[in-house]
Amino acid sequence: MDIGKIDQIIDKHDGEASSLIQILLDIQSENHWLPKEALTRVGEKLEVPMSRIQHITTFYKHFSLSPKGKHEVHVCVGTACHVRGAERILDTVQEVTGVGAGETDPDLNFSVETVSCLGCCALGPVIVVDGEIHGNVEQAETAAVLTELKQAETDEVMQQCACE
Amino acid sequence: MSEISLQIDGKEVAVSEGTTILEAARSLGIEIPTVCDHAQLSPYGACRICTVEADANGRTNLVASCQYPVEKDMVVRTKTEQIDKIRKVLLEQMLSHAPDSEQLVALGQIYGADRDRFEKESSFCILCGLCVRYCAEVKKKDAISFFDRGAKREIAFLPEIAMQECWDCKECFPLCPTSALQAAYVLTEALMTPSVVPTPSCGGSCGCK
Repeated sequence: MDIGKIDQIIDKHDGEASSLIQILLDIQSENHWLPKEALTRVGEKLEVPMSRIQHITTFYKHFSLSPKGKHEVHVCVGTACHVRGAERILDTVQEVTGVGAGETDPDLNFSVETVSCLGCCALGPVIVVDGEIHGNVEQAETAAVLTELKQAETDEVMQQCACE
Repeated sequence: MSEISLQIDGKEVAVSEGTTILEAARSLGIEIPTVCDHAQLSPYGACRICTVEADANGRTNLVASCQYPVEKDMVVRTKTEQIDKIRKVLLEQMLSHAPDSEQLVALGQIYGADRDRFEKESSFCILCGLCVRYCAEVKKKDAISFFDRGAKREIAFLPEIAMQECWDCKECFPLCPTSALQAAYVLTEALMTPSVVPTPSCGGSCGCK
């Protein structure tokens, strides 16, 4: 993530130290994770000590200090989804993306997380892909959604290669 | 600033607005035990050992006296059976983390705390925050901070800052009620000291330095 983009986000919040969490959230949604350089830059610009930033980023589970994939996949494994076959869905996700729960693939395409309840148990089993909720999913549908994303990524890589 | 009158352990006292119960009690010479309190630092309310019973606005509350500002016509009791029991359990929990801490053992004897009551969790840190707050508020260096949360919460030095600031300071060491800090500091230091010592060309056989 380049420094210019970080500065832009900080300026959007008028460089207010009280907007620290909002700024970190914006960087996270832009970059999917918080690199150390970004945190250092935020600390310098807002005049907030690094210890405080580290305190906050390690406190909230939403912040990630390790690289995350481009696409975030959340699989609900709450009670309702569990009895409706969340385990099978999780297996399918692992099969298609190649990453298990809590992991990210080396190409930084997918990050898979399990969640304990999304609050829409009637739709179970539920998966959330890039913020979009897919309810009543079967293994085939899960595979279809993820394969499409995976294909798009592969196409992009192929296109880049063809240009050079 | 207006004076507020209240009663602590049956004694009447008038103090200025914004004073905490702990300060008011001390002005009367009433001792309330504390662990995370420090004269140079703002109240934090981490240890809860200073919990007292306070009647205000028609009800009785258990409050941390180091943080709670006095209220008009408040009636405070610093020693009751219930408070002693609370302090005893709190001390037992802290002692499960730091069973040999002198300060905690001494308080434990007063309240009859059994240090073996809970399973030992040798973190040696009771998260009182004295070192973290001292570094931030008094030294303004922010070399040490809390990380993570809940059961995994811990203190750690930030190596980049610690490398420059801590060697000549170490003022947080004597503050620590459990000596956990020293251990953490030594650990950071150990992590940063290069383990490979350059060997002289002779291999050390000629006795040179």
